[in-house]
Formats: sequence, C-alpha cells, structure tokens
Amino acid sequence: MAMSPTPEAIVPDTEPAAKRDVSSWLPTVRDTLLAIALALTVGAFLVIVSDEQVIDAFKDLIAYPGSFLIYAGDIVKYSAEAVWDAYSALVRGAVGSGPALQRTLERSAPLICAGLGVAIAFRAGLFNIGAQGQALVGALAAGYVGFTYDLPAGIHLVAAIAAGLAAGAFWGGLVGWLKATSGAHEVITTIMLNNVARFVVLYFLAKEAFQKHNSDNLITPPPMDSATFPTVGGLHLGIPLAVVAAGAVWWILDRSKLGFELRAVGANPDASRTAGMSTTKVYIMVMAIAGLLSGLAACMTVLGLHQSVTDQVVGSVGFDAITVALLGRATPLGTVLAGLLFGALSAGGLGMQASAGVPPELIQVIQALIVLFVAAPALVRNFGRIKRRRTKKSSVETEGAVA
Amino acid sequence: MKKTARIAAVGVIAALALTACGDREDDKKGDDTKSSSAPTDVSSSPTDALDQYPDFKACMVSDSGGFDDKSFNQTSHDGLTNAVADYGVQSAEVESNDPSQFADNIQSMVDEGCNSITTVGFLLADDTIASATENPDIDYSIVDFAYFDDKGNNTAPANLKGLTFNTGQPSFLAGYLAAAKTQSGVVGTFGGLNIPTVTIFMDGFAQGVDYYNEENGTDVAVLGWDREKKDGSFTEDFESTTKGQNVAEELISQGADIIFPVAGPAGLGGLQAAKDNGAWGIWVDTDGCVSASEYCDILLTSVMKGMDVAVEQGIADAAAGTFSNEPYSGTLENGGVDLAPFGPNADIDDDLSATIDDLKQQIIDGTIEVGAP
Repeated sequence: MAMSPTPEAIVPDTEPAAKRDVSSWLPTVRDTLLAIALALTVGAFLVIVSDEQVIDAFKDLIAYPGSFLIYAGDIVKYSAEAVWDAYSALVRGAVGSGPALQRTLERSAPLICAGLGVAIAFRAGLFNIGAQGQALVGALAAGYVGFTYDLPAGIHLVAAIAAGLAAGAFWGGLVGWLKATSGAHEVITTIMLNNVARFVVLYFLAKEAFQKHNSDNLITPPPMDSATFPTVGGLHLGIPLAVVAAGAVWWILDRSKLGFELRAVGANPDASRTAGMSTTKVYIMVMAIAGLLSGLAACMTVLGLHQSVTDQVVGSVGFDAITVALLGRATPLGTVLAGLLFGALSAGGLGMQASAGVPPELIQVIQALIVLFVAAPALVRNFGRIKRRRTKKSSVETEGAVA
Repeated sequence: MKKTARIAAVGVIAALALTACGDREDDKKGDDTKSSSAPTDVSSSPTDALDQYPDFKACMVSDSGGFDDKSFNQTSHDGLTNAVADYGVQSAEVESNDPSQFADNIQSMVDEGCNSITTVGFLLADDTIASATENPDIDYSIVDFAYFDDKGNNTAPANLKGLTFNTGQPSFLAGYLAAAKTQSGVVGTFGGLNIPTVTIFMDGFAQGVDYYNEENGTDVAVLGWDREKKDGSFTEDFESTTKGQNVAEELISQGADIIFPVAGPAGLGGLQAAKDNGAWGIWVDTDGCVSASEYCDILLTSVMKGMDVAVEQGIADAAAGTFSNEPYSGTLENGGVDLAPFGPNADIDDDLSATIDDLKQQIIDGTIEVGAP
C-alpha cells in the first residue's frame, strides 16, 4: 500500500485553495499544452514515415544517391504535404463545420461524464478503473427502460436516465462497499467487475426480452423516441447535462462536507479516521457517485445517440475516461477541457481517416502520447521532490531536466 | 573528438545498412512489377472482360473489429481491394471503434461522395438502413445481414442489399469429414459468441456428424454444441487467442481429436491447441492454408465464406447500374460458400472425397436440407 503512488501524487498542487490565483495554474497549463504539441509532433513523424510517396522518394534517394538533392527535396515536399493533409483533415473533422462541431460535442459528453467519475474517485485516493463496467450496466439499465416501457415523453426519459444512473451507482458503490468492509483493493475489484459487467450484459442480451423482434443477435432494440434526449439545433440535451454534472462535481468537491471528507480521506485515510470521519461512508459514497457519473456517460450514448445496447455499446469510454481525468488533473474544469480535446481528436480522427486515409490508430497513439507526456514531467518532478527531501539540496538541476 | 568520431562511424554504418536494405528492396520491387505486370496486361487487354469505372467511388465501414481482424472485416475488405484492382474504382474506408460511431462513419462516407457503401456486420444494420433511406442515390450493401419481416419478405429499400451466407452447408460437409476422420470418436467445436452468424457453422457441423452416424451406424460425439438446446462452448470474445486455446484444450481433454473453432482470431488459439496436442483443426471463413498457413499442416480443410466475392460483386453491380435490393445468399450452389481444398496432410482417401462431393451435390439438389432440427 505504502509503496504504490497515490493518485494525489499525480494531481499536482492545485489544492492550496486559499490563495488560488491564475498564476498557480500556469505551469500546469504550460505542461499540458507542451504535451499536446509534443504528441502532435510525434504524430506528424508517424504520418511522414507511413506515407507512400515519402517512402518511395526515400527508396529512390538510396538507390540513386547521385540525385540526392532532387529526392531530398521530394521527401521534404511529400512530408509537408502528408502532414498538412492529415492535420488539416483533423481540424476540419473536429471543428471545421456545423456537423463536425456537433460530432465533437457528442463524443465529448460521455468522456466528460465518465472522466468526472474517475476524477472524483482520484480525489478520494481511489483508482477507479471500473468506469467501463459501470457504464456498461448503466447502458443496459437505461436501454431496457428505454425500449421496454411505454411511458409519456418526459417521464420516460427521466425514468431511463434514473435507471442508468442507479445501475451505475450500484456497480460503483459495490466497489466502495467491498473496500470499506473487507479492504479489497479497488483496482482489483473494479477491473474484475468490468469483466463481470460484460458477462452480465451478455447474459441479459441472450434473453428474448432484450432482443429485437424476430432476431437472435445479441443486440437490443434502440430506445423509443420518448426515452431519448430531445434535440435542439442538432445537439441533444445530454450535452449540457454533462456540463451540469461537472458543476455538481465541483460543488461536491469544493463546497460540500462530503467533498471535504473525501479529500481528507484521499490525503490520509488514517488521519481522517482518527479525526472522526467515517471512511466506510466516504468510500461507498464516492464510488457510488463515480458509478453514477459513468452511468450518465452511458445515457449520453444510449439515449443521446439512440443506440441499441450490445456488449460494446459504450466502446472504450471507461478507459478513455481514465486518460481524460489524468489529463484534466482530476479537476472538474480540467476534465471538461480534456474531454472536449479527446472528443475533438476522435471526431477529427474520423475526418483524417475518411478524407486523408490516415489509419485511425494514429489518433489513439496521439492520445496516449499526450497522457504520457503529461504524466512524465509529473513523475519526474515527484522524483525530484523526494530527492530534495532526502538530500536537502536545491533541485535546480531536476527542475531543469523537467523543462 | 572521440565522441564525434564515434557518432560519425555509427552514422556511416547506419547509412550502409540502409543502403543495403534499400537496394535489395528496390531490386525485388523491380522484379515484382516486371513479373506481375505481364499477366495483368494479358488478362485485361485481349479478353477485356472487366469494365473499368474510374469515376466510381466504392467505400466501406468496418464494425468495431477493424479491417485487420483476420476475420470477417478483413475478408470483406479484400472484396473492396479486389474491386479497386479489377474495376479501377476509387475507394475510401473508415474503421469503427465502437457502435456509437457507426452512424457518423457511414455519414462521413456519404460526405466523401461515395457511390456505393458497404457496411460490415449485423451491428450496423440499423444505421445502414437509416442512411440508405436518406440517400437513395447511393447503393448500400451490408455483410452478414438481410432485412426480412415476419413473413420473410425483403424490407430493404431499393438501394440496399443484404449479403448473407449459408455457411451451414459447407459446415455440414466439414462435420461429415470430421466424423469420418476421427480416431477417438469425439469431435469438438466452439464459437466466439452465441449469435446466429456463428452458430450456423456449429449447427451445420453437428448435423454433418449426425448424418455420418446415421449413414454408418457409428456414434461419433460432438462436443461444444448442442443442437437441441442451441447452446455450447463460447469464448465470449473474438480477439483473445488465449481464450480460444483454453476452450480447445478443454475439448481435447474430453477426447476430441478434431477441433472446429468459429471465433475469428480467437479461433487461432484453438488451432494452436490442436497443434500442441496432435489433434486436427478445421478453419473457417477463409482457406486456413492461405490465411493461417502456419497451421496448414494440421488442417483437414476449411469452411470458406466468400464475403470478398460477394462484396466485390455488389460493388461491380452498383458501378454497372445493375444493382438490386434482392438479398444475396451465398450457397454451395452459387459458390458463395464452399469447402477449401483438403490440407496437405489430411490424407483423405478417394472414397471419402467422392462421398463429400456427392453430399455437396445432394445439398445443392435439396435432397439433404441443412438447417435447424
């Protein structure tokens, strides 16, 4: 336990809430922008080395070293073209038009919600790897209410959302309960419950009541129109709900008694217990809220995009949520921004694929690199801090190394 | 100074190494183009069998497996690649990561000005028909799905064609072959998920074994699929070769000496288990001796599902203006499904081979009906 790094360690010093001025945020913002720029640079390199024209020109260059300048010029020209094509398609696909923007927001909403679920657990010192499973059971519950019961328009939507939230909260709360009562580590239980969730969903999908009429495929009917989010100007109303959720998480963390307790437990569970706080309550509550937010993410997909439920309906949102929360430094605002960025990358990735022929894996590589570059300086800085404490030396060198 | 020299030396070595590679690649490439260009010229100019449609754009959307799944997305994608090669059409493609992207991805192909769009897998059924209804000028095909109502009438709009495959028929032949070849009197099968496109193989296989038992008074048992209960062994996963290997080893430990995995890439684990334990394998979707040649030695045969052919035909029809919404059903009769040539070590005697051919004819004639009991 003591050996593993606590999530708080990854969350840099955003906490001196007493005097939180803008300048204290600058290093974080700078590091993040730097990480994004670095990741895009590496991505550009990958685009270049996988471009056929560049490869051909390079082959020619090696075959005919005499015409070095001509082929070197070709390589530069084709590289520039390939990168320009790819990244302009990325930008166009993400924000270039009305439908593109809409797509970006639609894809951001579930990432933001599930990301908030991971972030709030981080703040209580819990690694919530289980957003995937929480979202999956949430999707099943929301979908089931959505396609089975025939209720009046407004009530049906509320009932479906409530079912999704309740299922997610139950699945998350289970983890908190296990940790509080038996000390079972949440990393293990959340990962295991992800698998359990998938098999639970598959079990129900095999039932006649969950299948489309006249079909044996493992896919439910789509939710009825009365259970889907109404659309205003092309955008479904789940998207503002994600922003509301972010506001609620901020309020819980910064303004409520529970938030104080969960941050205290996150900082030091033993001290909090000594101070008279119930860690049991905090663990169960925070994991239930985390699960509820993942369930909300599933509602965005199922009820916002009219999706039939399958075992893949939520995609990999639960795992992307972890990177979103990390990139957002486990703060509500950061998570919203990170969710928007990843949504834009996802929508832009489609544009790159469709019009520039860039493989979709590139976007995943860029996303992973962003997180890697964000996490790496933090780790290095932490390392520096430990060293400083031990040797009582100035850490100018380590700081230099970070930059 | 020393450092500079060292870097320079490394640089020179690297340059030499790269040059060596480059030259060799280049030579090979030169040979390839020479050897391959000749037959293409011959085939295209004198016969002129295939019309060219350089202005036609054929597009494809995968399901969440992606085009590199060594299974049905990939085989369908081969159809698109072949159409580009044979008919000179343009192409575009999008891979899906999760189901919520299907609609967006199909729309992005519409936005790219595609003339025909092929979607892969039943998960895209709803989004495909929605897009087809909205864009009547684009011809759509969907692999592994057809739109039928309760009475079996085709409900697809005029510009949407379902491509389905009666893989039960060749699986029946494979089951008969397995029953004839087994030493232990036990054969095994497993699937990826309990969905119709998977279980149709397993059911046909089991029916073939039953038929062999009836004909020859034997008692060969099938593990992994129960025709009555419509349930059996599944990996619940199409990706994990480890799970495929575990399930197959379980079947082998219960006495099976022939394994028929119907689980896409996960099934490769089944072949590995068969190889490790001296059992036989029967591959699915493509000829395993081509697509999984490392296991060719232990393959009796493969059940082939001609998705590439059907997809290419759909594109060609759309380009030629002869597209119809009549669902395509691959059968032994039209060659849309078939049994691959026997494996090199399968050692099938002429009698058995003749019997298989005879059974194939009987299925085509309708004397033997392959399907649910």
